[in-house]
Amino acid sequence: MIVNRKPLTFWEKLYLPAIVGGFKVTARHLFRSLFKGKTITMEYPEQKWAVPPDYRGAPYLVRDQDGNTKCVSCQLCEFVCPPRAIKIIPLGPTGRLADRPNAEKIPKKFKINMLRCIFCGFCQEVCPEEAIFLLKDYSLTGQSRKEMIYNKEKLLALGGTVGGVQKWKQKLAEAGKQEDFPVKV
Amino acid sequence: MDWNFIIFSAVKIAVVIAVVQGMVAYAVLAERKISAWIQDRVGPNRTAPPFVKDIPIVGPALIRLGVFQPLADGLKFILKEDFTPAGVRKMYFWLAPAIAVIPSILVIAVIPFGSQLGHQQMVIADLNIGILYTFGIVSLGVYGIILAGYAANSKYPLLGGIRSSAQMISYEISMGMSVIPVLLIASSLNLSQIIAYQGGTLLGFLPNWLVFKAPLSFFIFLVASFAETNRMPFDFPEAEQELVGGYHTEYSSMKFALFFLGEYSNMIAAAAMMVTLFFGGWTLPFWGLDHPAATLGQGVAHILIFVMKMLLFMVLFIWVRWIFPRFRYDQLMDLGWRRFVPLALANILVTAIILWMKS
Repeated sequence: MIVNRKPLTFWEKLYLPAIVGGFKVTARHLFRSLFKGKTITMEYPEQKWAVPPDYRGAPYLVRDQDGNTKCVSCQLCEFVCPPRAIKIIPLGPTGRLADRPNAEKIPKKFKINMLRCIFCGFCQEVCPEEAIFLLKDYSLTGQSRKEMIYNKEKLLALGGTVGGVQKWKQKLAEAGKQEDFPVKV
Repeated sequence: MDWNFIIFSAVKIAVVIAVVQGMVAYAVLAERKISAWIQDRVGPNRTAPPFVKDIPIVGPALIRLGVFQPLADGLKFILKEDFTPAGVRKMYFWLAPAIAVIPSILVIAVIPFGSQLGHQQMVIADLNIGILYTFGIVSLGVYGIILAGYAANSKYPLLGGIRSSAQMISYEISMGMSVIPVLLIASSLNLSQIIAYQGGTLLGFLPNWLVFKAPLSFFIFLVASFAETNRMPFDFPEAEQELVGGYHTEYSSMKFALFFLGEYSNMIAAAAMMVTLFFGGWTLPFWGLDHPAATLGQGVAHILIFVMKMLLFMVLFIWVRWIFPRFRYDQLMDLGWRRFVPLALANILVTAIILWMKS
């Protein structure tokens, strides 16, 4: 493509209009940022950006609306995790039972290595109990590698409560009905 | 031996050097702040020495303006490793930063930064050939840069050095010739006498500054001093985008800081020269401020006037950097040799003819 460039007039060749234009533009920006404080810099630790609703932040364990641990230690997330950041140790045959009714298992230990986690969200997607969510935390810091491996208590504390369908309650109701099977008249 | 002269000169030298170093430090800060504002940024606003934060209102405001940033920068330069690459030519590598700094400080010796304080003239060396001395010293500045480029023994610094030597030599010619009409009009080479000539008013309302009598000279001098100080439209020796930093690519720590110091001292010297030659130095045309001071207060006022005028030029230097793109090398040479040299020659001729016809 050929761009036709029209020859500069004498006035334009003096550079003067361009110089004056340059001074005007820079002066405008200078006064705007100096006196009106309109800068595009976000001063980070004091100002923070609005995290979008579907943001994939750090994965945390959550409790249901009754304050019970949702995780049943099925280990699907541990299996699916691409960088193998999740490590789960289930109760085992002799362990203590779950802290909620109608649940057989609960993780004895649940660790996520936040240095390995790639925030892909596979764990959230694969979880059958809706027990792990990628929440909005994006700046995870620590002073050692050990500190960056979050244990179950920390994950639960950070995760908070995310309510939802409580499958086990329905099952409990159904089971209760079966107890009464010979219908009392 | 006149002990009085020696002691007062030593005091003046110490004070002037200290003030110039301080001005360099804060010119760097001003450069960073102004560039930030022009680009809609905030600029350095975090450096806070202990306890400053606790001063109500003033403390946080100072921190936000980055007033303490130069201290942190200086400390950083001192603490950084002074690395000498294996392939450099050691002697020249050590010599170059010093040669870059010394001329820019020497120039300031002849500049009258005030009229009188008591019985002392506010100039370190009141030379009768002040301008010749200035041009002689300024032209030494190129050696620091070309030596740095040569000593580094690597291609980018060498290119920067070569470019800068060509540029500075070319623009020195038009710069020198642009001053000749000023000398013709003021009929003196002594900077104090040039300032004395600029007292009073012109046509009743304009100050009798040489910028109004020789505007073309001022314009050529201004542009040439941008080239001489390697500032933005002509910053070929550095040219970060093309030359990875140019002549000081291989330098680090305090040696690098010395180049910085030299560059900004050059800017200060150029601003001072422009104020002296074209803007009446320490004079103002009203309140009787255009005569040498009789009282101490007037002497201080003269120094402040000079510094204020100089600071305006420093701001201009910094501001212009964010307006222009860099010239191409051939455009630079074209502008220097084919535009400014003939223009300066014509300027001399016209001024000389007008003065001859008047006399």
